[in-house]
Amino acid sequence: MTIYLRLFWEFFKTGLFAIGGGMATLPFLHDIGETTGWYTQAQLMNMLAVSESTPGPIGINMATYVGFTVAGVPGAVIATVGEVTPSIVIILIIAALLKSFRENRYVDAGFYGLRPASTGLIGASCVTVILEVLLCTQVVTTGSLLNGLSWAGAVSVQGLILAAVLLVLTNWVKPTKGLHPIFFILFSAVVGVVFHFAGV
Amino acid sequence: MKELWELFITFAKMGVLTFGGGMAMLPILQREVVETKRWATEDEIVDYFAIGQCTPGIIAVNTATFVGQKRKGISGGIVATLGVVFPSLIIISILAGLINNFSDVAWVQNAFAGIQVCVCVLIFNAVLKLLKKSVVDKWTAAIFVLVLLGGVFLNISPVWFILVAAVLGILLKNLEVKRK
Repeated sequence: MTIYLRLFWEFFKTGLFAIGGGMATLPFLHDIGETTGWYTQAQLMNMLAVSESTPGPIGINMATYVGFTVAGVPGAVIATVGEVTPSIVIILIIAALLKSFRENRYVDAGFYGLRPASTGLIGASCVTVILEVLLCTQVVTTGSLLNGLSWAGAVSVQGLILAAVLLVLTNWVKPTKGLHPIFFILFSAVVGVVFHFAGV
Repeated sequence: MKELWELFITFAKMGVLTFGGGMAMLPILQREVVETKRWATEDEIVDYFAIGQCTPGIIAVNTATFVGQKRKGISGGIVATLGVVFPSLIIISILAGLINNFSDVAWVQNAFAGIQVCVCVLIFNAVLKLLKKSVVDKWTAAIFVLVLLGGVFLNISPVWFILVAAVLGILLKNLEVKRK
């Protein structure tokens, strides 16, 4: 029972503080994995990839997937319900006072500070993920401060090349940059299999 | 009861058709809710979407709650949200079960190692896109850099960054007003 309560609480917090859509939940899921040990960051990356490639909003797919990984189907339901509960309550309140909310000076000012912070948190997740996946480092934290990076001594050269190719394809090449992420995910899966990315 | 069921089915359909982020939902929402069902006007949908983006939670869920609430009050809001998450629950649970069973297979491991590289790039692109909308002046740029560094080097909950940034936003905006 306790794991279900903890799961609900963790996702309730995620739903309450993640602002700006599905990707904004990532730093929180990162944090949950680290503090509870329920899943590794590599597992989280896989879950994100599957969530981007299946129907449904990414944020919901990720909550469902993480919940399933932690505690099966009941976990999936509880994590998802936990994540949407704050939304439902907040939106129902806002809907009741819609006009005054949009014109409130403090709400507006709060969001002025919130938005870059939310982007900064996703940026931090991005840096951590790049360190782990492309540079094969393990981020070592003791207590509350970063203690150092333990480097396995092997930069993933083929990973860096694939990343560079994808960066160009998704941002600068006209015919491919508008494509849905699922195409790039499938492409990367094929490249991974052909070039034995996991080394097996 | 019939109306609630209709809300559930309509939003479940939208959950299936939304592929990617909440943004992908907007065109489908316009067609289903505005043109076919006439549950809300075009302007209302744009308002709901704007608020859904800047309030906590998933954009698709926030918008669904709004439309459901308008149609059928609190129960409508809840039912529409349950509808939009229902397909995800089914699809992901089935897929997750399958993937867990095959995760020892060599080619599956190789495929996911490739996919992880792609995920790095996709997150990076998401940050670039969000930067344009959230960093509008030197103060917001400073908040972005500080939170980025804090997020990487400090091992504290993201919740604190969000709370402090909201307070900072209010302080900065008020200083600005006073100076003028």
